[in-house]
Amino acid sequence: MHPQDTDTDFEVRSLDPGYTTDQNPPWWHNTKYLIGGIIFGIVLTKAEVISWFRIQEMFRLQSFHMFGVIGSAVVVGALSVFIIKKYKLKTVSGEAIDLSPKSFHKGQVIGGLLFGFGWAMTGACPGPLFAQIGTGATVIIVTLASAIAGTWVYGWLREKLPH
Amino acid sequence: MLEWLQQPWPWYVAGPIIGLMVPVLLLIGNKRLGISSSLRHICAACLPAKIPFFQYDWKKEAWNLFFVTGVLIGGYIAATLLTSSAPVQVNEKLLAELQLYGITDHTSLLPVDIFNWSAVLTLRGFLLMIVGGFLVGFGTRYAGGCTSGHAIMGLSNLQWPSLVATCCFMAGGFIMANLIMPFILKL
Repeated sequence: MHPQDTDTDFEVRSLDPGYTTDQNPPWWHNTKYLIGGIIFGIVLTKAEVISWFRIQEMFRLQSFHMFGVIGSAVVVGALSVFIIKKYKLKTVSGEAIDLSPKSFHKGQVIGGLLFGFGWAMTGACPGPLFAQIGTGATVIIVTLASAIAGTWVYGWLREKLPH
Repeated sequence: MLEWLQQPWPWYVAGPIIGLMVPVLLLIGNKRLGISSSLRHICAACLPAKIPFFQYDWKKEAWNLFFVTGVLIGGYIAATLLTSSAPVQVNEKLLAELQLYGITDHTSLLPVDIFNWSAVLTLRGFLLMIVGGFLVGFGTRYAGGCTSGHAIMGLSNLQWPSLVATCCFMAGGFIMANLIMPFILKL
């Protein structure tokens, strides 16, 4: 049923060919992700990553702030993944940690450029869109709805787009 | 302590916490950081319309929807409990440039001169909010990830396709902000 051979979306793990965890856990198992998301949302907001002004400064090379945020996040993330791989750390429930490699396709270039345009225009990537709505900028609901529509249109046109 | 939390956080505090989301999600549930896939799950849940790309069991990815709900709540908490009344610090050059386009209000993180309900149907507001939002949703899924999924998770996992994607995000942003945005902001 799934076009798994072509669908290599790293972010949708249940589509991975080797994915076995079949049963859905009870919904309250997800509260830990809700809490993680709350922390993430607070950090994005307090560090002004969700600020349209900060994004304009970044793309005009007028401030180091955003480069510092992304750069230090990558250093900490890479160090963590290195440790996880080196010591073959397992999840809290004892599962082996699963990090399949990503495959390259043209979408990373074309889609990447298109997303870059949108990032500069809205001043937001997908995470900040949610946080901006939370801060009370209710009009961003329109932007988020439009982003969902964009994802839908991508899915609809997918077979016809170069990959 | 609370007073310190209410100030804008410096990059060397925020960046490492964001980076730590990568191992935390992996260790608590074998999840890969990536926000933009939530948009795909919302499509799969609400309007799959027999499109193969949306035919999968989105409930198995429900954690991601809980996570983005948390991000929204986090934004609310930061804006209500952890907020300071000082205007947002913006680079002087940028402020001067924005003034040319009638964007003078920098009391909040989003310029209210552009992002407000009555601006949605102006040409400038339509381009920035609706066309911009569409490009975010279309582009991230075409690229297979966004800033979190490619730039943070993908680079942390040393994936070169993510490096290509991140460079293209940046290139797109530079082109838009410097070459195209001046014409949009003038409208």
